[in-house]
Amino acid sequence: MKTDELISLLARDAAPVKSSALPRRLSALALAGGFAALVMMIPAIGFRPDLPGALADPSFWMKAVYTVGLSAAGFLLSERLSRPGGGSRPGWTIAAGCAAAIVALAIIQLATMPPAEVPAAIMGGSWDSCPWLIFALALPGLAATLRAMRGFAPTRTALAGAAAGLLAGGVSATVYGLHCDENAAAFVAVWYSLGIGMTAVAGAILGPRVLRW
Amino acid sequence: MLGAMAVYLRGFLARKIGRGAADLEDLVQESLLAIHLKRETYDTSQPFTAWAFAIARYKLIDWFRRNRIRRTEPIDEAAELFASEDSNEAATRHDLGKLVSILPEKQRTLLEDVKIAGLSHAEAARKAGMTEGAVKVSIHRSLQVLMRRARDEN
Repeated sequence: MKTDELISLLARDAAPVKSSALPRRLSALALAGGFAALVMMIPAIGFRPDLPGALADPSFWMKAVYTVGLSAAGFLLSERLSRPGGGSRPGWTIAAGCAAAIVALAIIQLATMPPAEVPAAIMGGSWDSCPWLIFALALPGLAATLRAMRGFAPTRTALAGAAAGLLAGGVSATVYGLHCDENAAAFVAVWYSLGIGMTAVAGAILGPRVLRW
Repeated sequence: MLGAMAVYLRGFLARKIGRGAADLEDLVQESLLAIHLKRETYDTSQPFTAWAFAIARYKLIDWFRRNRIRRTEPIDEAAELFASEDSNEAATRHDLGKLVSILPEKQRTLLEDVKIAGLSHAEAARKAGMTEGAVKVSIHRSLQVLMRRARDEN
């Protein structure tokens, strides 16, 4: 086909699009991913038994702020990296800020407790299941986000996949926080981060394979 | 719009894979199609040309990958490599030209004489048969109009 013919063909079908469609679709999928995680979690492992009372506990909100912060960073990065050109600095700054805050909080907590309690604070009672559960609960959200991203135009596919993983992992960890009754910042800094990081790595591995357009 | 882009994209891609390469026109068409289909990923707060060329670059890398070409540049063509952003400059010139074209004929001529051809205010005034003061006022007004328009478009 001649290029000029292609151009007039395309121009004929040029319905206007909203540039806000992309962030709206991403946020709808993030909510859907969180809902899917909730639906998977309730029959399998349930909420923490002390949930109503835990809402008054600052450590519950510390976890929530950390995981919601990482979700927000993942959202900003997914949004930027779904579009060709342009930088993605704000997302990285938020992610780094969240990580720095939780690590600082963990160090302060560990430094002010008796040394004998430190190992228990880091390992908690569920270190061996927490990262895996966060990873598993994130999978529906990750799949949906990657699928939507393929319809956008990510040019750095591994990074875009990692951003999708950060978003899905953050949302999943937020939901998982309704089940998990660990309170130590050190536990969150290590094991929550590991679960979210695993999701991001999975996204980075899948990205170059599924995000071609 | 797409027609104007095709010219710039062809220039950009030709420099990368060689003018007259059999796949050049295919690649131009592929980029145009992607620009059309992915238009909702354009963020209106960002420069348009950066977005469009990022898509063309992506399609180009894809093409290199498909054809398993590892690009090597002979050293005496290095100068051309460093000039590879010319096409962006051309696109910017295009944007500027379109911007200036909103001015009335007379104002545009004065603006081009003074700001682009580099005439003094007095020379431009003689050429247009106006007083020097009127030339200054006209150019000042033109620049205001252009700045307002450029701001609105961003």
